[in-house]
Amino acid sequence: MDKITRLVSEKGVVIFSKSSCCLCYAVIILFQELGVNPVVCEIDQDPEGREMEKALTRLGCNAPVPAVFIAGKLVGSTNEVMSLHLSGSLIPLLKPYQ
Amino acid sequence: MELHPIMSSKGMNSPSAQFVTPSRLGIYEPIHQLGTWGGNIKSNGNPSTSTPMIVEVDTKLDTQSEDTSHGTFPPSNKYEQEASKPVDKIQRRLAQNREAARKSRLRKKAYVQQLESSRLKLVQLEQELERDRQQGLYMGGGVEGSQIGFSGPVNSGIAAFEMEYGHWVEEQNRQICELRSALQAHISDIELHILVEGGMSHYFELFRLKSAAAKDDVFYVMSGMWKTAAERFFFWIGGFRPSELLKVLHPHLDTLTDSQFMDVNNLRQSCQQAEDALSQGMDKLQSTLADTVAAGQLVEGGCIPRIPTAMEKLEALVSFVNQADHLRQETLQQMFRILTTRQAARGLLALGEYFQRLRALSSIWATRPREPA
Repeated sequence: MDKITRLVSEKGVVIFSKSSCCLCYAVIILFQELGVNPVVCEIDQDPEGREMEKALTRLGCNAPVPAVFIAGKLVGSTNEVMSLHLSGSLIPLLKPYQ
Repeated sequence: MELHPIMSSKGMNSPSAQFVTPSRLGIYEPIHQLGTWGGNIKSNGNPSTSTPMIVEVDTKLDTQSEDTSHGTFPPSNKYEQEASKPVDKIQRRLAQNREAARKSRLRKKAYVQQLESSRLKLVQLEQELERDRQQGLYMGGGVEGSQIGFSGPVNSGIAAFEMEYGHWVEEQNRQICELRSALQAHISDIELHILVEGGMSHYFELFRLKSAAAKDDVFYVMSGMWKTAAERFFFWIGGFRPSELLKVLHPHLDTLTDSQFMDVNNLRQSCQQAEDALSQGMDKLQSTLADTVAAGQLVEGGCIPRIPTAMEKLEALVSFVNQADHLRQETLQQMFRILTTRQAARGLLALGEYFQRLRALSSIWATRPREPA
């Protein structure tokens, strides 16, 4: 959990992912399409990956990955990102980081 | 022929056959009706499995009727019965009528049950036939994947989904008619709003049905076999493209205000971006699955560690179908948030008619006259 908190406070846009997760890949592509270069943390390749996965699940997302943080706050998983984007609320959040 | 046992038992009870009065003859009519039930089944010469069943029922009832006859009347002097208190005759006739009616009801019930199970079997056979027919049309390359789930026994979850989808389409057609008349009749915005809400909920209901079906058999949902051919042509991850939805609505939105126009454009752009992102995710899923399967075949003894990974990939497919449906739902919701009630009603009508026309096109195409080979 500490590693997560540290990462998200240091970097503007952080996406926790797994290298095998194609839905995570889709979210990352979307952010890149919007002109943002998110910091991607592949938890399946991280030595503390297991704890991070547990911590992310505890945060309440239906799947531990993808987990998107903007400005230190949890935005959510794929569902939340898509809803935000279609309602036009995602881009304003990303403005500082484009 | 079933009449004979009954008649002979009557013969035993009333030794003097000359006392067969018209009223006595009247008794036999209900029994004759029993003959009709059996007769219908036997006379068509069909060696159906129902026949022995009904005959069995008869024999059982016959014995019972004999018992009833014995039970109703005092075992002593039969001649005294004949000498006749009319009350006895009437009672006897009533008892026989009741008995005959009961037999008739039981026979009818057995017959109906047999019809019902035949009907179910027929529906199942029709479904299998349709599937095999479409499989024949589609199996150009003979892909193994399409055989799993099509030529095998019908999955009950999928069969249920197909039936529910059939109902969904019927309800959809009804709603489209209602919407059309409502718009022509210039009903109030409040009433129109109810129709629009109903239409939206109906689409959301479809996404719910699909989600359950995807858990059951994601390949089936992805195949689009539950939709008509023309709809399948436009398929994208288990359904219509969200961007296509907006394209269909566009020409019908001629009365947009400036801010609406801007909102619609933004929605179109973000919808397209989300769709592209999911498409790229799907491409990655396909290529990694192919790699996994290919590697599994090449490496001897390495198959087993690969199989769980391939299974994980297939699980991911369910997530993709759900995400695609989520995108469809969000696009619909956003669109109708931007529009006024009247614009939304016109949009829903346009969308519904579009899919109706695609379905009609599929029918016309399927039944077009073809040159003999």
